[in-house]
Amino acid sequence: MFSFIARRLLVAVPTLLVLIVISAVLMHAAPGGPFNSERKLSAEVLANLQAKYGLDQPLYVQIWTYIRDLVLHFDFGPSFKYKDRTVNDIISQGFPVTLVYGFWSFVIATILGIGAGVIAAIRQNTPTDYLVLTVAIIGAVLPGYVIAPILVLVFTLKLGWLPGGGWEDGEWRYLVLPVIALSTGYIASIARLMRSSMLETLNSNFVRTARAKGLPEWKVITRHVMKPALLPILSYLGPVFVGMITGSVVIDMYFSTGGIGKSFVDSALNRDYSVMLGVTLLVGALTIVFNLIVDVLYAFIDPKIRY
Amino acid sequence: MVTAKLRAGDLSRITDMAEVKGRSLWADARKRFMRNKAAVASLLVLIIITLFSLSGEAIAPWTNEEIDFNVIGSADTEGMPSFASGHYFGTDDLGRDLFARSAQGTRVSLMVGFVGTFIAVLVGTVYGAVSGYVGGRTDAIMMRIVDILSAIPYMFVLILLLVMFGRSMFMIFVGIGLLSWLGMARIVRGQTLSLKHKEYIEAAQASGVSSWKIILRHILPNLLGVVAVYTTLLIPDMIMAESFISFLGLGVQEPLTSLGALISEGSKAIVQGSLWQLYFPLAFFTVTLYAFYFVGDGLRDALDPKDR
Repeated sequence: MFSFIARRLLVAVPTLLVLIVISAVLMHAAPGGPFNSERKLSAEVLANLQAKYGLDQPLYVQIWTYIRDLVLHFDFGPSFKYKDRTVNDIISQGFPVTLVYGFWSFVIATILGIGAGVIAAIRQNTPTDYLVLTVAIIGAVLPGYVIAPILVLVFTLKLGWLPGGGWEDGEWRYLVLPVIALSTGYIASIARLMRSSMLETLNSNFVRTARAKGLPEWKVITRHVMKPALLPILSYLGPVFVGMITGSVVIDMYFSTGGIGKSFVDSALNRDYSVMLGVTLLVGALTIVFNLIVDVLYAFIDPKIRY
Repeated sequence: MVTAKLRAGDLSRITDMAEVKGRSLWADARKRFMRNKAAVASLLVLIIITLFSLSGEAIAPWTNEEIDFNVIGSADTEGMPSFASGHYFGTDDLGRDLFARSAQGTRVSLMVGFVGTFIAVLVGTVYGAVSGYVGGRTDAIMMRIVDILSAIPYMFVLILLLVMFGRSMFMIFVGIGLLSWLGMARIVRGQTLSLKHKEYIEAAQASGVSSWKIILRHILPNLLGVVAVYTTLLIPDMIMAESFISFLGLGVQEPLTSLGALISEGSKAIVQGSLWQLYFPLAFFTVTLYAFYFVGDGLRDALDPKDR
C-alpha cells in the first residue's frame, strides 16, 4: 500500500512540473505582456517593471525561480496587477468560500445521487424508475449556469424566499441556491451511474445465492449489493470534485459568492497572469491529491485490487 | 443472441422474399438505428435546428446587428415577442432581434461543436491507433503523457489560452479540440489493442505492408464504429464547454454570438422581467443537447450490439 501511494505521488510530481512549464511558456509566448494597458508605458518604466517581477530573465530562470519559491516557501509570487497583494493573499481569500459550498454540494450530490440510483434500481421498470431516469436526463443536460438563473427567478424574484446572491460568511440562506445549482448535474449523473451498477450487481450470482438462502430483500441490498455497486461511484468522485471547483467559476459569477472562481475570472479579465497560473496550479494539485485519495479508498474497499 | 432476436422479428418478411439480400455492417446498423424512435426523432430535430441556424437570419425581418430604436431603453415592455413588430422571439436590451441572434448563436455553437470534435477526433484517433499498434515502450510513454495531461484542469487552461492569445473563433476551436482528445485516444488505443492480433492484420504484416499503411487501411476503418459513437457524445460536451466560456464573457466576440453568450445575457435580463431573452436561447440549447444525447445513444445501440 505504501509503495503504491509513493508511486502515485511520483507520477503526480512530473504532472505538476509539466503544468508549470506549459503555463510559463504560454505566459512567455503570449503577445502583449501583463503590463500592456490602455496607457502606454515608457520603455524605461516597462523595463523597470519587468526587472521587478523578474520578467527580463531568460525563460528557464523564470521557471526555476517560480518552482523554487513554490516548493520551498509555498509562495505563488506577487500579483501583476495589485501592487500590494500577493497571489497567496488572493487565493487564501477566495478558496475557503469555495471549499464551503463545494463541500456541501459534494456531500449532497453524492448522497442524493446514490439514494435516487438505488431506489430506481430496486424498482426497475416502474414509474418510480422512469421518474428518476427522466429527472436524471434533464439534470444532466442543464449546466449550472442555466440552473442558476432559473433558481433565482423562482426562489428570489417570484417567491422571495432566498437571497439571489452574496455570501455573508456562509449563512445557510446564502448557501442554498449555490449548492443546488452546483450539485444538480452531479446528482443526475451519479444517480444514472448508481442505477446501472446496482442493476449489474443485482443480476450477479452471489446475489442469487443470498436470495436463495432466504435473506430478506433489504438485507440482500444493504449487505451484498450496495458495496460492490458503490465502486464505480467512488472512481467517479474524482471528476465530481474537479467539477465542483470548475463550477465555482459560474457560481461565483452568478451568485457573487466571492470564491476562487471569482479570483480566476477577475485575473483572466485583468490579464493578471500570476494569479491565473497560481489558481490553475492549485486546482491541478488538488485534483491529483483527490484522485490519489480515491484510488487508495478504492484499494481498501475492493479486495480484488493488488499492488 | 442478438441475431436470433433480429431473425425472429424479420421472419415473416424473410419468408415472403424469394431472394435474401446480404446486409453490410452499416446497413445493419442503420436498420437498428431506424428502429430507435427517440434517436430518429432527435436526428430530425437536429436537422431542423441546423436548417434554422443556417436560414433563420434570412427569414428574420431584422438582421442580428440592426437596432430597433422603438425598443431601445424599454426592451422589457416594448421588446416582447410578437409577429406585429417582426421580432418573433422579442429583442434584447439593445433592441436587437432575438430571432436572428438565436439563429446565429445556434450556428456558432454547432460550429464549435463540430469543428472542436473534428480536431479532437482526428488527434485522438491517430494518437490512440499509433500508441496501441506500436505497443511496448512507445505505448507506455504515450499513454503516460495522456495520463499527465488528463490531470490538468482543462477548463482553466482553456481560459488561460483564450486570455493570452486573444478571443477568436480559431482559438476556441483549437483550444477546445486540443484539450479534449484524451478520452478519444484512450478508447481508440483500447480498441486497437484488441484488433492488433486479428488474422487479417497478421496477414498484412506477413505480406510486408508498412505499419503506417496497416494503421490507415486496416485499423482505422475498423475503429469507425466506436469513433462514431464517441464523436456524437463528444459534440454536446464541446457545445457545453463553449457555452461555459461564453457565459464567462470569454467566448466569441460581438457582433458574433453563441448560445452560451445569449443565455448569459438572458440570465442577466430576467431581473428586468424580460424572460424571453433567457427562454429562447435556453430552449435551443437544451433541445440541441438532448437530441445529440439520444442520437449518440441510438448510434451506440446500432453500432455496438453486444453492449445491449
